[in-house]
Amino acid sequence: MSDHPVGEWRLRPPRERVHPRAIGWWASQAALIGLPLPLTFAILWLTIPPTRGFFGWATVIALVPAVVYNVVMPAWRYRVHRWETTDTAVYAASGWLWQRWRIVPLSRVQTVDTVRGPLQQMFGLSGVTVTTASAAGAVKINGLDQRVAAGLVERLTRSTEAIPVDAT
Amino acid sequence: MTSWSRLDRRLILVNLTVLAAPVALLLLNRVVTGGRLGLQVAISLASLFVTLLVICGISLMRYLTTRYRIVGDRIELRSGLLFRSRRAVPIHRVRSIDLTADPMHRMFGLTTLRIDTGEQGPAAGHRLRLDGLRAADAAELRRQILARRATATGTTDDDGLIGELDWSWLRYAPLTVWGVGSVFVAFGTVYRILAEMKVNPLELGVVRDAVDRFGSVPLWFGILVTTLIVVGLGVLSSTAAYIEGWSGYRLRREDDRFQIRRGLLATRSVGIQRNRVRGVELAEPIPLRWAGGARLNAVASGLGNVEDNRRRRALTPPAPRAETLRIAVEVLGQDASLIARAGLTPHPRAALRRRINRGLTTVALIAAVPVGLGLWLSPTLVRAGLITAALLVPIAILLAIDAYRTLGHGIRDRHLVISAGTFTRRTVALQESGIIGWNISRSFLQRRHGLLTLGATTAAGDSVYKVRDVTVPDGLALAEDAVPGLLRPFLERRQ
Repeated sequence: MSDHPVGEWRLRPPRERVHPRAIGWWASQAALIGLPLPLTFAILWLTIPPTRGFFGWATVIALVPAVVYNVVMPAWRYRVHRWETTDTAVYAASGWLWQRWRIVPLSRVQTVDTVRGPLQQMFGLSGVTVTTASAAGAVKINGLDQRVAAGLVERLTRSTEAIPVDAT
Repeated sequence: MTSWSRLDRRLILVNLTVLAAPVALLLLNRVVTGGRLGLQVAISLASLFVTLLVICGISLMRYLTTRYRIVGDRIELRSGLLFRSRRAVPIHRVRSIDLTADPMHRMFGLTTLRIDTGEQGPAAGHRLRLDGLRAADAAELRRQILARRATATGTTDDDGLIGELDWSWLRYAPLTVWGVGSVFVAFGTVYRILAEMKVNPLELGVVRDAVDRFGSVPLWFGILVTTLIVVGLGVLSSTAAYIEGWSGYRLRREDDRFQIRRGLLATRSVGIQRNRVRGVELAEPIPLRWAGGARLNAVASGLGNVEDNRRRRALTPPAPRAETLRIAVEVLGQDASLIARAGLTPHPRAALRRRINRGLTTVALIAAVPVGLGLWLSPTLVRAGLITAALLVPIAILLAIDAYRTLGHGIRDRHLVISAGTFTRRTVALQESGIIGWNISRSFLQRRHGLLTLGATTAAGDSVYKVRDVTVPDGLALAEDAVPGLLRPFLERRQ
């Protein structure tokens, strides 16, 4: 099928890591998702003494996965999330249990945007979204230091302008 | 063909059939009234007969006087007795040639050939009709004109008809899956409307009667009859939908686009720019596949968002597989072997295990509902759950094996070819130049089995087309073959 060696090649991780503060960002995100339910149960446990047996267990059962998620996910993500740009392409890895690698040639890039949610801003982080003509083709690099992100956008915008457009 | 040719003799018979209408009406009248023919009826039937006789005579005259021929670089048409007309159309002006046949023509093996020169202006000027050619003659004439036009204008593309509806395809209509579903939708809608009108549908006489009957017969019989009724209505509704959606279907090449026209009540006309076509997709939902049928979709950009694209991408109705392949060949300008499944690289055995596990998990989840409720409420539900599971397990395994056999990928003629699907088998041929990036994903289990899913992103069609569950080296090699150099800088040798 091809003339390059098959069977010995694998995808290497992109060169650049995201900023370590991203761990804190992911952890607080996880807390926002996972903690409200056990917190509600705990308050009920405190305030309605006759139901203590039930809400005690409910609090524990809801809290355990939330804590595990909170501890495991951010560290795992930090190991996986990486990015890289070359003269011809953008390459990014993301996910933890379910991992994705995305590659987009610069010649197909349509727009380069920065995205900063309120939580990301609190951690001084920024995300870069590189879109193509495909609805499924966007590459998102989140958890970058704001200065790094600005530099990346600058660089990508300049190189996509330099390369003849062939968007579709 | 420089000598004059004429229309087919059988056209006389076709013309005479219009006279059958008054005769049939007369007979009907005799049967209904028992032989007494009222004066008024007699007069109207007679006048109808005379009118039709005149029409018949005009048609006959047209048959007798029409002549056509191709001379040099033009088509000549001669017709009329009292008003003689003689027209010549330069071949290089011919935009498109249609062959159509109404049911009556078809019965006698005749066809109407219509030549469109695409000029604006009075109707008579830009259209040329030959009504009542033998089907084979018409096809031959069309071929000759197109061949001559190709040499005249230097274009090799033959403008014109690629495919049109054959009513025998209607046999595939009941096999479109949504028929049965639409019955439930219809029931739901009626229920909602009645409820809005403050009528409790369950209190209606008809419904009560049905419920009583259902209660008075054995359960299995009741279920059987209900199933038959639902399936029957489903078949009816999907056939009706097919007729409404696909009557008058024709797919043709017009200048820089493919033009699809279809529809009975609502006529849809979709134009797909030829330079935006990135490939085709052959879809074979299970019942249709068993009957040897398929649908063909265009993979093209510029058809709108996901929903618009779904609605507008169809190139053919559910039709015989061979016919859809022929149309695919015309659309792509490639060999039919391009989207043949034979010869695609199969996927590793781990992909089969994943499909079987997924099927069994689904069965377990479905059965868990009655079993769980049963443990709480009654043992009957537990038994029902277990029986359901026992019935579904072999089905799930067979579907998994079939889905695994469907899996395949390859590179052919600068196209990435992917075949996949459980309930609907989809074979996609996507131009390599249409690929604008890669999405590679690996779940936890895929990483353990050394598999990956390679997604080719594109501006056309579904935005991403996935090669599921290939081994890592195979998937990467495939990506590198399809778009050389894009992935290469990010590969390394395994230690």
